[in-house]
Amino acid sequence: MSQLATVPKPRRNIELLLLVLALIVGITANALVNLNLGKTFDNDFYTQCVVLTVLSLAVHISLRLRAKYADPVILPVVVALNGIGLAVIHRLDITSGDTAGQRQWLWTGLAVAAAVAVIWVVKDHRILRRYTYISLALSVILLLMPLVPGLSAGDVNGATVWIKLGPFTFQPGEIAKITLAIFFAGYLSSNRDLILLAGRKIGPLQLPRVKDLAPMIVAWLASVGVLVFQHDLGTSVLFFGLFMVMIYVATSRISWIFIGLVLIAVGGFAAYQIFPHVARRIDVWVHAFDPQYIGAAGGSYQVVQGLFGMANGGLIGTGFGQGSPQTVPLANSDMIIASIGEELGLVGLFAVVCLYALLVARGFRAALGTRDAFGKLLAVGLAFAVALQCFVIIGGVTRLIPLTGLTTPFLAAGGSSLLANWIIVALILKISDAARRPINVSADSPQTPHQEVQTP
Amino acid sequence: MNDLSLTVTILRFGFLILMWVMVFSVVAAMRRDLVIGRKAKVGAPTARQARKHPELVEEAPPAKVQARQLVVTEGPLAGTTLELSGTPILLGRAQEATLVLEDDYASGRHARLFPQGTRWFIEDLGSTNGTFLGGTQLTRALPVELGVPVRIGKTVIELRP
Repeated sequence: MSQLATVPKPRRNIELLLLVLALIVGITANALVNLNLGKTFDNDFYTQCVVLTVLSLAVHISLRLRAKYADPVILPVVVALNGIGLAVIHRLDITSGDTAGQRQWLWTGLAVAAAVAVIWVVKDHRILRRYTYISLALSVILLLMPLVPGLSAGDVNGATVWIKLGPFTFQPGEIAKITLAIFFAGYLSSNRDLILLAGRKIGPLQLPRVKDLAPMIVAWLASVGVLVFQHDLGTSVLFFGLFMVMIYVATSRISWIFIGLVLIAVGGFAAYQIFPHVARRIDVWVHAFDPQYIGAAGGSYQVVQGLFGMANGGLIGTGFGQGSPQTVPLANSDMIIASIGEELGLVGLFAVVCLYALLVARGFRAALGTRDAFGKLLAVGLAFAVALQCFVIIGGVTRLIPLTGLTTPFLAAGGSSLLANWIIVALILKISDAARRPINVSADSPQTPHQEVQTP
Repeated sequence: MNDLSLTVTILRFGFLILMWVMVFSVVAAMRRDLVIGRKAKVGAPTARQARKHPELVEEAPPAKVQARQLVVTEGPLAGTTLELSGTPILLGRAQEATLVLEDDYASGRHARLFPQGTRWFIEDLGSTNGTFLGGTQLTRALPVELGVPVRIGKTVIELRP
């Protein structure tokens, strides 16, 4: 758990400058879609431009007031990604006659409002440490919600992860990844020594005592439960990866990675043998171009169409509205990366991947800079959750790994994911603010301006 | 028609360039963080940095005498000493703590004393009544100098050479 020191400067003006650039990217993307598809620049377009600008500025101003020292590049990167996502969804709506774009605008507004609320309400991220066990309970409740009859929205695309809230559907698992990260961070930051030191030593491996690990086992069972009862491989992988990375960061024992990899190998093999939906995913991945699998229900048609689309896009893409990404099933959610690859090409896709890499790197940077163990673990966990989602979905679309239904953060159509990811960003911004805020480092005067909140 | 497709092509490339301008602007904005700059230091400053910026060194004066003992000076356990090795120490009422405090004002897992470099740091583990280093309540991990009293409930401990 190392620490980095930097010159404390708010750098909010640089954020504003980058934010303007990000808005130009988002609005130009929308404009190009309208232009290339022969749509008129109607009131909707101008309203959307204003809405996007107002929303980003709302976050920017909140940061100026409440988190002056927050990282200046996180917000612009996220606004750019969200803007590109909105443009691509709008472009797919025009050719398919869907209204996903309208919903996505609504959810963007809601998600940004939630992020602003987090920036205002969470004065200091260390408050969240008080809710360690409440977060665990909340995670379990959120994960069980889609299985409750009456609340459940039933089986959607093979996974039971949705709930109905009036006219809206919601994926509580998306929020659960935040509460689980809070739980892991709180639990590991106070029990790190016990996990490290107490317990028997077998060979080079130090095994922790069972009672120290009990809450961890509950969390692990929850992630396995997601796989077994909700048929959601992606979320299960996400939770397990989060769990492994956070325990590794907390203890800096490489043995956890080995144990985790062995568990993944054993679990993966067992899942392949036991669950037909996992076996089908893997078969479809290995034999993607086999006509038998392309034609089959739940086969590889989606992935293969996505790959053809990206091949059609080539290096520089067909341009917005010039390709036909709408032929791919779920082009605006699971396969949005394929749509971007087709219309913006490898060059555009790599720009998007770079934006993600920058976002994750800034999350890790906040973790390095912050002074408390809880903040470090929370920032690492949240940033890693974003990174793992990108890897799983982009890897799946490009057929590096089997395709599983995770959402592409900020790009894909889907309200719950957008909401959860904006909250994650708000939390990372708060942690980076705590990390970069100047304090008097000398041991003689520990009375710092940092003490708005006492560590509970 | 030809004019239109030319415009479309220019806009197509323009947007790709715009995206990369965005990426590189972000990278440029965080340049200060990436470069091992004047004050962006990892761990101890190098000899060269120390020569050029003496203020960097002053922040962390190296402890000359290393702590070897933990002594309880006040509270129910007064007089107890504990040899310090290189491993972190858990202070609290819980049975698994390294130093089990029989102090009603201490939490189960109250605080943690851990070595880093040549110094020992104390970190509060979310205790109810707080941990006080030389009279001020801890909000983050702070180095414990020799002879500075650390108060946990009614117990006061000190590091001795």
